[in-house]
Amino acid sequence: MKAYDLVELAGRNLREAKLRNSLTTLGIGVGVASLVAMLSLGVGLQRLATRQLGSSGLFDSIVVTSRQDFRGERRPQPEAKDAKPLDDGSRKSFTQIPNVVEVNPDIRVLGEYRFAAPGKAEESHFAMTAALPASASRSDVFEDFQGRFFSGANVPEAIIVYDFGRALLDLPDSQQRDEKLTPEQANQVLGREITFRYAERQPAGSPANAQPQEQTNFSVVHKEQKLKIVGIVSTEPYGAMRGNRGRVFIPMGLAESLNMIQPSDLRQVMQPGQGKTYIALIVRVAKSSQVLAVEDAIKKEGFTTFSILDASSNIARFFKILDFFLGIFGSLALAVASLGIINTLIMAVLERRREIGIMKAIGASNGDVKSIFFYEAGVMGLFGGSLGVALGWTIGRIINLGANYYMQRQQLRPENFWYVPWWLVGAAIGFSIVVSLLAGLYPAARAAKLDPVQALRHE
Amino acid sequence: MDSFNAGAVRTESLVRHYHLGQSIIRAVDGVSLSVKKGEFAALLGASGSGKSTLMNLLAGLDHATSGSITVEGQNLATLDPNQLAQYRRHTVGMVFQSFNLVPTMTLTENVELPMRFAEVERRERDARVQEALSQVGLSGRLEHRPSEMSGGEQQRAALARALVNRPKLLLADEPTGNLDSKTGTEILDLIRKLNQTLEMTVIMVTHERALADRYADRLIFLGDGKLINETVNVAGGAR
Repeated sequence: MKAYDLVELAGRNLREAKLRNSLTTLGIGVGVASLVAMLSLGVGLQRLATRQLGSSGLFDSIVVTSRQDFRGERRPQPEAKDAKPLDDGSRKSFTQIPNVVEVNPDIRVLGEYRFAAPGKAEESHFAMTAALPASASRSDVFEDFQGRFFSGANVPEAIIVYDFGRALLDLPDSQQRDEKLTPEQANQVLGREITFRYAERQPAGSPANAQPQEQTNFSVVHKEQKLKIVGIVSTEPYGAMRGNRGRVFIPMGLAESLNMIQPSDLRQVMQPGQGKTYIALIVRVAKSSQVLAVEDAIKKEGFTTFSILDASSNIARFFKILDFFLGIFGSLALAVASLGIINTLIMAVLERRREIGIMKAIGASNGDVKSIFFYEAGVMGLFGGSLGVALGWTIGRIINLGANYYMQRQQLRPENFWYVPWWLVGAAIGFSIVVSLLAGLYPAARAAKLDPVQALRHE
Repeated sequence: MDSFNAGAVRTESLVRHYHLGQSIIRAVDGVSLSVKKGEFAALLGASGSGKSTLMNLLAGLDHATSGSITVEGQNLATLDPNQLAQYRRHTVGMVFQSFNLVPTMTLTENVELPMRFAEVERRERDARVQEALSQVGLSGRLEHRPSEMSGGEQQRAALARALVNRPKLLLADEPTGNLDSKTGTEILDLIRKLNQTLEMTVIMVTHERALADRYADRLIFLGDGKLINETVNVAGGAR
């Protein structure tokens, strides 16, 4: 029998017992809904955890340093002169490693800031200043902050942390480091100009009387840069792996153009003849699972690397187990619903005995009869599955709304705990059809086995 | 080729026994008969004589305990269940006393049903339904269900359903049993006409001797599962 005939016959047979088949389909729908609601919660929580870990910058960043700087007592000791310097050449080579998204220097200097709070005289403040790449705007720090991110990579703008904002306004320290400024306090800082004083490294000619081995090719010049404060954040974005956290942040392009004197420049005083080097480079990869491979490639180039082990695989494993158990609980209702299908189809076989006999008498094979009941089970599974996905989606949405309402009441940021991906929609409907077909196995086999002579005698 | 070998239907020592508790029911007990191509044969006998069992065996709905049945060159004993289904689709058409239309289907859908099993292309089905309906003289109430039709209309519809796959053999089990005499005569006139115009072999079970005498070419008498007598009916064949 052709598939379209089977679908048509299944559809018309199901329409003949509307109430019974609708209730059975509803039963499947409720089963699938519980499965979808459970799994969408698991998927949503995994997504939330993965997103938050991803936006922390902990698991997709590698800190690269030169072996000239970090040599442990027990490690093989390469000669300092043999160790590769972390310079522009190595920075360029890292960008060419597959899956590397960007390579930025870890620019971190202590600067002096001059700021006049409203109605007060200009005062001096010292703060660690760090450079931020444009990608830092995706950090979780910027999910809840005051002001805005830099308008460009080279603009003279600054983002500060809350406690530095308090220091600028001469406010007492807060008990909580990440306590926000009030909107009035923020307005006294945001958009205001601050003067950044730093030491610039300038190329210089050799002093005439210096010995070659004592020569340095730069001089240090005192400089000032006006910056506009555009944002206030709780802590340094992607700063989890930095020992000396910044309190003021400037765009990466601007920081590089300022040519501020770095600790690595001191090495040049000790080892004249070496060009400009970096104290550390931060290599960011596309996915946390790619960190190890990129790290190996960098190590092979002769550098020291540091990264936090990929936690995402452990998290994925945890959520797989969680999803498995949630799926089992969700499937229980579907298992009960499948008993409904078996019951409905056995009833149909009993009621339609004579019809089965007629069909066999006019040429239906056992396979045709089996297929008709199979398709009926499949159609119920398809409709039940679709209904269940819609129902599960609605239940998840209601749970999410309820949870977020509660979180807002608790002054917490709303989150999306629940998520129905397309694969779950397809898998739930597919699973529903498979379960329905399995439930239809016995009734279909029973219908196919009916003796046509006996069936035709049935009244 | 003699008339025996040219038979459309031939049974040899056909036996069908049923077990009922400890006892054995000999429903068909060593029947050997032959029906020629295009012949209209009537199976006659009292209730319990084995007429319907023999009909079910000829239709491939039941299996013989022993002996053989050959229909249009096919030995039914050698066919597997799928081949028997094929045989019922293409070689035989059946008409029953109680019409046996599917009650949830309309007249058109009932007539179309055998073509679904025979996997006839959809575009061809409409034409064949119309052809079968015109052969049995049905033109109205096509979208009505069996419960909304008269007995005569239902039997005509059943006849159209039996004809739609163009079978070579029509098996009619008491086709007039549930009809009044006038309608019964109309149906048998129709079957006889189809037998003559389509050269279709017809085997009809009946316990009404008068009808058999009037329409059949040959009368086959059964009693207690055995073939009692077989006569050529010139009067029936002459109609």
